[in-house]
This record gives sequence, C-alpha cells and structure tokens, in this order.
Amino acid sequence: MPDNSTQAAAWHETVLATLKSNDVKLITYVPDRVLTPLIKALHAEPFFTTFATTREEEAIGILTGAWMGGMRGALLMQTSGFATIPNVLASLVVPCQIPALLFVSERGTLGEFNLGQAMVCKTMRPVLDALGVEHHTITRQDELAFILDRSIKQAVATQAPVTFILSPLLTGGKVFAQ
Amino acid sequence: MTQTKTGAIGAHNAKVMNRFALTKRVVDKLKREEAVVAGIGNANFDLWACGQRPQNFYMLGSMGLAIPIALGVAIAQPLRHVIALEGDGSLLMQLGCLTTVAMRAPKNLTMIVWDNGIYQITGGQPTSSASTADLVAISRGAGIANAAWAADEDEFDRLVAAALNDGGPSLIVARIDDKPAVATTDRDPVRIRANFMHGLGVRG
Repeated sequence: MPDNSTQAAAWHETVLATLKSNDVKLITYVPDRVLTPLIKALHAEPFFTTFATTREEEAIGILTGAWMGGMRGALLMQTSGFATIPNVLASLVVPCQIPALLFVSERGTLGEFNLGQAMVCKTMRPVLDALGVEHHTITRQDELAFILDRSIKQAVATQAPVTFILSPLLTGGKVFAQ
Repeated sequence: MTQTKTGAIGAHNAKVMNRFALTKRVVDKLKREEAVVAGIGNANFDLWACGQRPQNFYMLGSMGLAIPIALGVAIAQPLRHVIALEGDGSLLMQLGCLTTVAMRAPKNLTMIVWDNGIYQITGGQPTSSASTADLVAISRGAGIANAAWAADEDEFDRLVAAALNDGGPSLIVARIDDKPAVATTDRDPVRIRANFMHGLGVRG
C-alpha cells in the first residue's frame, strides 16, 4: 500500500494502485478530459473491468448490482455529472447502504471558464452534506493514497458511499480553451 | 388513442396479457437460483406477489435502473443468470442503458419489459410506446439483436425459456393490460438488499 515509492507517482497512478490494492475491479465512467490518463490506464490494466456508461445514474445502478453480487466498483465523472445523481443516491445508494465509490473531477472552480460548471459546482457539497454522504476534497498528491485507501476501507466496512472530489490543485484541472 | 401502436413492428399483433400472470410464468421457470431485479412500482409489486425468493431484488426508488442493476449483478456473477423486469415508462427514462448492455453483451442477462402504454402508477398518463415508440425496434437499434415481442403466453414462455439458456443478452417485450399489481412490496430497503445479497451468496 502507500509507501514512499508512490510519492513521486502521478495522481492517476496512485488512484489506480489504490483501487487495485483494495480489490475495486469494476470501473464505470462518463468521460472527462482531466480523468483521461486515469481512464486510459484503467482500460490498459486487465485487473479492471472498465467501461463508459451513457449516464452517471446508470453507472450507479451497475455499481449497486455489482456490489450486491460481490464485486466492488467505482464511478468516475465530472462535476456536472454529479448533478445528475442526487435521485439515485437518495433512493438507492443511501437507503440500501451501498458503498459506492464516487470520483469527481472537480470543475467549476480555480479558473473555470464555463458558467454552467461553476454554478453546478456550488451545489455538489451541499447535496452530499444533505444526504449524509462522506466526501473528501483532495488537493495534494502526498495525501491522496492515505485518503483513498482509508476511505475505501471505511466505505466497505460501514456500508456507506464516499465521494472523492479531485481538485484542480491535484490534477491540474482543465484550462481555458485558447 | 386511435393510432395505437402505429410505430410498432409486430406489436400490433401482440396479445394484451397480464403482468402478474406473466411474472408467475417467469418465476415458475427459475430452477437455478437466477437473480431477478424488478423495477419501481408494479413490476416489483407483482414479483413480490409471486413469492419472496431470496434472489429477488425489489426497487423502491431510482426509476429506470432495473436493467443497469441487473447488468451489475450479471457482471459480478457471470455464472448466474440475471433477469430484469422493467416497465415501459421506466425503460423510456433510461434508454441509454440498452446500448451499454449491448456493448458489454452479457450472456447471462435477460430483460423483460411490461408495456401497457401508460405510466400506470402515477395516474395512467400515456407513454410514447402507446403510440409511436417501438421498444423492440429501439432495443435492436441499440444493439440488442435478440429482442422480440411476445405474441401470446405460449410464445412468451418459449422466449423466456430460450433466454434463460445463457444465450443473451435477450430482451422480451410483452403488451400488458392496465390491471394494478396484486400486492405491495414491504418498504424496507436494507432488508431487501441484505436478503438479496444472502440469496446471491454474498456477505454484505
């Protein structure tokens, strides 16, 4: 698990390694530019079953079924995608106690150029707080493995979802189109 | 509704059947601890009414996700056959999932759609499948080659039996009447989920 050798790793290498070491095999995603290196690496690693879904809530249905069938899973999305899932969180994941692992590539802050993303970003943490869903905003590579590893273990042990908000401070974010 | 089923290929010949009676026909065929995921509302109420198998999952919310949930189970347990029971209105809410199922192509997944042409539980408002949308044609267009209307009960039986043979993914659409479900599922999501995991041999 996390050791000194991961200190120099890129953020997406740490995410992949931590998912693997926690036996999270099913990776669903709705594409995002910032997440692209992670998605590519996941596709290239046969340990994972990685595929895109048409909507984020569809992916959460798949993760829920997989968990009930004995397979751990994660969803990768961007901020605007998060805004499409409060219903499925409130009516499936939270009441059924599903440890869904939700990764959000954070848009809408620290240099956002799209008004829609900026507005929707403001709704994300209040929605998670209202639902009682734990969330961590990760800004530093040296904290990434610890937060992910401990939180994935906690999610499984306590049968509760968790959201990892990957800040532009960690990933570099998406820069204004020139 | 003078233009009923004008857009549907084959649907105009399909007999209008009853959801509870057809659900019973499905359950009676299950001999291998197949998982059944039933969508919100009448689809899961009638499954509940057929007897509470430990391998049944009853959705109390998240409209439209019976097929995605069933796909997740099918991925996690490739040796177990998984059946999704979904209504027309619910499927129309999440049509994209058909393209995902086609792309993943799980052999152990059967999707059964109850098409009564109405949002029955909310007051009987018409769905687009009552007039213009053909759910079988949509499914084929999404890449589910094995999609068919059930002309009557006998053909429904044949289609289900063939689908349970792990040649999927298969999708069967049955036209049904507007009779309400014959029972109502107990609303206890944690117990439903825990029973289902136990039924699948998974420690929750």
